[in-house]
Amino acid sequence: MINPESGLAGAPTAGAPEGHSAAVELENVTKRYGEVTAVEDLDLRVEDGQFLTLLGPSGCGKTTTLRLIGGFEAPNRGIIRIGGDDMSSRPAYKRPVNTVFQQYALFPHLSVSQNVGYGLKHAGVSRSETAERVGEMMSLMQIPDVGDRRPRELSGGQQQRVALARALVMEPKVLLLDEPLGALDYKLRKEMQFELKRIHREVGVTFIYVTHDQEEAMTMSDRIVVMSHGHIEQDASPAEIFDRPLTAFVADFIGDTNIVHGTVTRIEGGHATVDLGPLGEIGGSTDDQLASGDRVRVSIRPTDVHVEPGGAGEAVVQDSVLVGGHIAMKIASGDETVVAHVARGSSYEPGANVHLRVDSDRIRVFAAAEGA
Amino acid sequence: MSFSERIHHPATTGRGLKVYAVFLFAFLYLPLAVIAVFSVVSNDIASLPLQSLTGKWYDEAFSNSEVWSAVKASVMVAIGAVIIAVTLGVPGALLVDRYSFPGKVVFQKFVLLPLILPGVITGVAFQTFFQMLLVPRSLLTVTLAHGTALVSTVLTTVYARLLRVDRSPEQASLDLGVSPFRTFLHVTLPSIRTAILASGLLAFTLSFDEIPVTIFTIGPDNTLPMYIWSALRTGAQLPELNAIATVVVLSGAMLVVVFALLSREDSR
Ligand SMILES: Nc1ncnc2c1ncn2[C@@H]1O[C@H](COP(=O)(O)OP(=O)(O)O)[C@@H](O)[C@H]1O
Ligand SMILES: [Mg+2]
Repeated sequence: MINPESGLAGAPTAGAPEGHSAAVELENVTKRYGEVTAVEDLDLRVEDGQFLTLLGPSGCGKTTTLRLIGGFEAPNRGIIRIGGDDMSSRPAYKRPVNTVFQQYALFPHLSVSQNVGYGLKHAGVSRSETAERVGEMMSLMQIPDVGDRRPRELSGGQQQRVALARALVMEPKVLLLDEPLGALDYKLRKEMQFELKRIHREVGVTFIYVTHDQEEAMTMSDRIVVMSHGHIEQDASPAEIFDRPLTAFVADFIGDTNIVHGTVTRIEGGHATVDLGPLGEIGGSTDDQLASGDRVRVSIRPTDVHVEPGGAGEAVVQDSVLVGGHIAMKIASGDETVVAHVARGSSYEPGANVHLRVDSDRIRVFAAAEGA
Repeated sequence: MSFSERIHHPATTGRGLKVYAVFLFAFLYLPLAVIAVFSVVSNDIASLPLQSLTGKWYDEAFSNSEVWSAVKASVMVAIGAVIIAVTLGVPGALLVDRYSFPGKVVFQKFVLLPLILPGVITGVAFQTFFQMLLVPRSLLTVTLAHGTALVSTVLTTVYARLLRVDRSPEQASLDLGVSPFRTFLHVTLPSIRTAILASGLLAFTLSFDEIPVTIFTIGPDNTLPMYIWSALRTGAQLPELNAIATVVVLSGAMLVVVFALLSREDSR
């Protein structure tokens, strides 16, 4: 095991009683492409009606996980169940899930209505029922009037809605969404995030949503699964992921944070006191097995760093820039550089000597990576 | 989309290109223009000065039963060749595009060989082949030879399209519960339909004016190019041949336009 924390990764934060079948269940699933292990020993249990997000940097295995569930890839090892049924021998076209593909994958030679009705038509649903359900779905997606157009005549946002309508009209048990908003511009993306939440509420289908955008994951999900290098780093609610990241990777990936190095001076239950050198002593919670004298990494959110006037040789302001509604200051202290977010008007000029005070119950302490 | 919309170039290059284009067209089409002109004047041989306008060469050509049977033979051979080339070439293109199999790279290269092989070689090969099988030479052997030689043409045209076709709609179709076979019919086929049509047209025109392979594989009948060629060799009916050639060129031009329109369709 590469990561010392990964033993804790699958902690059942959204635990469900044994025996009842989850919407989707992955058991020890591994997928390799030649030398590359895209997904390693993945365990995942998605409950009915949940909005679950797979979050992680590019290449961490999110798409592969979706394709495994959708049936476009076969795992090298492990079991995938949907609604309790083993999917091993079921090809993609026989699985009760539908996918919204990243690039929409609309049928270019069919009209929008035909695109949305495609699955129903081939499932033998009558013409009139198909027309009715397509109409309803397009109203739900708020694109009722574009039925006769070709996909290429629509805007990106509209194409996105057609792709959603086409999948949802099939009334799948589970909807898989692979970075569905990735191709949209910022404003439209924000808008669609709320739309997707609304649709999820209204249709009540289980959503498995893939994104590399932590903000998007935070806004939309009931539950976030943070992935890195094909395995799960943490599986928890958005608030818990933010306030109590299990690993330094998660702390770093979710929101802005400072990762600084120090040595444990005292350990008491899940609370560690750490000597940060010039930055002084600091207390924080930890889920790792630590002992006095251990080298550790400490995660401090920039909003938790308070900047006060200080003496020479303590800490020096290097840079100070306006970011949105606050000021981000880059401050050097010994070998470490710390970013602090402060209100406008309370910042210091570059070169000023300052004192840093950290005051928060959100400080997290992690065992230092091997070799660090 | 017009050419000038796609490529933005300085005005001077633009003028240079125009001059070049005029010369190129003159070079390519002057001989054809000469034939067209001599087909509508009453000169017996192609020499100046031009005499009076006439439609008699066309009258003669259209009332010549040998010409008609040659045209009929050519059309039948071309249609047969297209059917053979398409039925073998399209699955071949799919095979090369979709599946990896041992020796695929070698297959890819060898399947294109007929494209660059001189017609004479292909012709001799077919003659030997048919002789070996004791098949008497006829329009059927010509059709078989053309069809086989044109498989590569269809295969490359369709394969080129397949390379450009987005595969994700096929996955979307499977995802929506539609079987692989129906997905092929309803998603894959429409996306390469125009390429199949275009390659069929191309194969048709290539077969229609083919001589080298035809010489070696034909029996007592004549295809149109063979008829023209033998008529030319005896030196008779020259102006009438001009009329025939003009009609063939105009029909060919129409096919080329259709081909161009089809190739353009889904490149958007
Ligand atoms: N078809 C494939 N062939 C080979 N390697 C692949 C293939 N698909 C994905 N990979 C590799 O697997 C890893 C995970 O990829 P992917 O699941 O697409 O990541 P993500 O969606 O999180 O960006 C990457 O290293 C990628 O290069
Ligand atoms: Mg991806």
